[in-house]
Amino acid sequence: MSAIQSAPAAARMFLSGNDAVARAVWEAGTRVAAAYPGTPSTEILEVLSRYRDLHTEWSINEKVALEVALGASMVGARAFCAMKHVGLNVASDALMTMTVTGTEGGLVIAVADDVGMSSSQNEQDSRYWGRFAHVPVLEPADSQEAYTMTLAAFELSERFKTPVILRLTTRICHVKGVVQTGERQAFEPTGFVKDPRHWVMVPGNAKPRLPLMFAREAAVRAEAEVSPLNMQIDGSDRRIGFITSGPAFMHVREAFPDSPVFKLGLSCPAPLESLGRFAATVDSVLVVEETEPLLETELKAAGIACHGKDVLPRIGELAPDVLEPAVARLRGEIVAEPEHVVPQQVFPRPPTMCVACPHLGVYYTLSQMRNVLISGDIGCYTLGAGHPWNALDTCISMGASMGMALGMDKGRGKVDANKKVVAVIGDSTFMHMGMQGLLDITWNRGNVTVLLLDNRAVGMTGGQDNPGTGRDIHGEETARVDFAKICEALGVKKDRIRVVDPYQLPVLFKALREETKIEEPSVIITDRPCVLIDHYKPTKSYMVMEDRCTGCGNCVEVGCPAIHVTRRGKEVKASGKEVDLSFVRIETSACTGCGLCVQPCAPEAIVHAEPVQTIQFVRK
Amino acid sequence: MSKITNILVCGVGGQGVMTATEILAEAAISLGFDLKKTEVAGMSQRGGVVTSHLRFGTVVLSPQILPGEADLLVGFEAAEALRWGHMLRPGGVALVNVGRIVPPVVNIGLFDYPADPVAEMRALGLTVHAFDATSLAVELGNIRLGNTVMLGASSDRLPFPAEVLRDAVLARFGTRKPDLVEANRAAFELGRRAVAGEALAA
Repeated sequence: MSAIQSAPAAARMFLSGNDAVARAVWEAGTRVAAAYPGTPSTEILEVLSRYRDLHTEWSINEKVALEVALGASMVGARAFCAMKHVGLNVASDALMTMTVTGTEGGLVIAVADDVGMSSSQNEQDSRYWGRFAHVPVLEPADSQEAYTMTLAAFELSERFKTPVILRLTTRICHVKGVVQTGERQAFEPTGFVKDPRHWVMVPGNAKPRLPLMFAREAAVRAEAEVSPLNMQIDGSDRRIGFITSGPAFMHVREAFPDSPVFKLGLSCPAPLESLGRFAATVDSVLVVEETEPLLETELKAAGIACHGKDVLPRIGELAPDVLEPAVARLRGEIVAEPEHVVPQQVFPRPPTMCVACPHLGVYYTLSQMRNVLISGDIGCYTLGAGHPWNALDTCISMGASMGMALGMDKGRGKVDANKKVVAVIGDSTFMHMGMQGLLDITWNRGNVTVLLLDNRAVGMTGGQDNPGTGRDIHGEETARVDFAKICEALGVKKDRIRVVDPYQLPVLFKALREETKIEEPSVIITDRPCVLIDHYKPTKSYMVMEDRCTGCGNCVEVGCPAIHVTRRGKEVKASGKEVDLSFVRIETSACTGCGLCVQPCAPEAIVHAEPVQTIQFVRK
Repeated sequence: MSKITNILVCGVGGQGVMTATEILAEAAISLGFDLKKTEVAGMSQRGGVVTSHLRFGTVVLSPQILPGEADLLVGFEAAEALRWGHMLRPGGVALVNVGRIVPPVVNIGLFDYPADPVAEMRALGLTVHAFDATSLAVELGNIRLGNTVMLGASSDRLPFPAEVLRDAVLARFGTRKPDLVEANRAAFELGRRAVAGEALAA
């Protein structure tokens, strides 16, 4: 959307929280912005990358992104990085010491918590990092605030020489609202000041800085007491006063328009004195915070009585339909029965792999293997754990497939002695945090076969480029890594590295069977691109000849969403065994002709379809 | 409190639910409404459940439509409309594409697709206008026009003239693609007529 870049000052724009953060980062005169893609934060850097008067990059992982931002701050530039909640776990090593050095140019870290877990492996509350690292946390409640608080975060960072966390949630990142924007400010870096006592954190230099860090925290707390980012809204119904932050504020205002509210924008360090004064004006206090009882615990420790997680859930979003019954119970009122129809039971519709996805061949092959432990990782290919493949046994964190596979190999007893250990990891995840794990496998002589699925994209987050594509965030040519050479350099024998076309099922099956038999580290690289990115070329689509289909259902096990069962039946085999039959058709308009389903079809019932005339839409 | 219009659009990842809601939002914003639009994106483009909430009025606080609050439910897929039927307020209206997208879990026999989702919705007492937007789009030459058929269908159920929404749809294609403008204009009108019942017999 180029409108966001060309918008004049004081334009009224319809922006998502991510758009608004990006616009404000640009307006702040930021010189460097880095991120690793991760839902729900991905779009921030995507939007920022369209501005060409600052350096933007996809970094290899969140820790590197934060270090890039810190380096820019050290030379006095304004710097920014974005990540999803679990990304800050990765980056935390850098965070926990950069809070000791402090920053020079303003440094803002946008962290997007996936409250409600739309696309994450866990739900965690990044506000903890503010307490742990003694850095300020700002919590916008909608797109407009995402914009204004991003600008405020840079000012706060420079005034107190501290990194600032901008805490977002899915319901900020992916909600669009009306935002008033401004213009880009000039911001010239002040230059690097050589000072080892400031920037070289050895114990002798770091120790004297710890009291400075705590003094800074106290100063920010004093600022929080007077900051306009924290505000009190009066209300006539003083039975309950709400203390809240982030999107929960909007939900509270929606559900209880007459109640007094203390809204926290600069929520860490918490302005406990102001909150205490607010509490004294109402009969009781309810803290509405997503997700952990952080503020509640701090209020109670400060002797301020309040309710919180005794009546509200510790999991998920605190939308009005969650708040209303909880507050009714707190007030001793009867919870009204809803007037609308009750939700109906409908089959689940989990995300699926795409039509012709190169991972389909991998998981079909894995699903046909017996006695195999499959250590999985994070990406589209995590879907291999689902139907019909059921061919992924673990998923924990980025790159974890490697270490877990080695641990399974070393830890297994008699019961698993005959099993093969396979690790499955995507190209981007491998570079993010998997390479070290593979090095551990080779160094410690692990008997693990690694399936490295190189689809030349960060697929799950929308097909971003990575070092395996040889293109940067702007799609421009840059250094391109060679996965086979990396694996060899990490200690995998050259003979144990194979590059295989995942659409060639017999070849893939043979490679897997052979490599899992050899008791040393091996890597099978699949090398076909994601079907959602521009270099994917669809070919002639297929159809099923109805009279030839025997209902064997082999093609259904490939798991391609273009294959549909038209009718079911049963057949009694000569052995007396009854088998289920599934007769199929192919949705020809969706089929891109990958040919995976053709290979397991014994009666050769799947043939090329006649070309269909369609209006051609141009893809973005 | 000022009246807020709540529109819930639901369907399956890849159908264009989010784009359609974006166009509805553009129409509302062109009239000066405050508005918020929210959806759960993430994995939804992989054939999963997608809902998009649009709220507009004088001032909009929470972006979420709650169960029993939607004025209009725009169902891009029949079973999805049934799944989200409880979001309609008493007296609200559902516009449902009877076209089906059968997921792999149904294909492999783990679950059944409802025999008649629209009949089930009506049995619950919901007001449903049902039509085959998928077939109408295919007849016009591209299944992706289903999106515009659905917008056309909803255009006479909004608190502003249908032409505002139609112009927002056509503005997407600008002047550079006259064939797409015409195809979308036709799709929009087919959707409008489908709700009026004129196209049901065809």
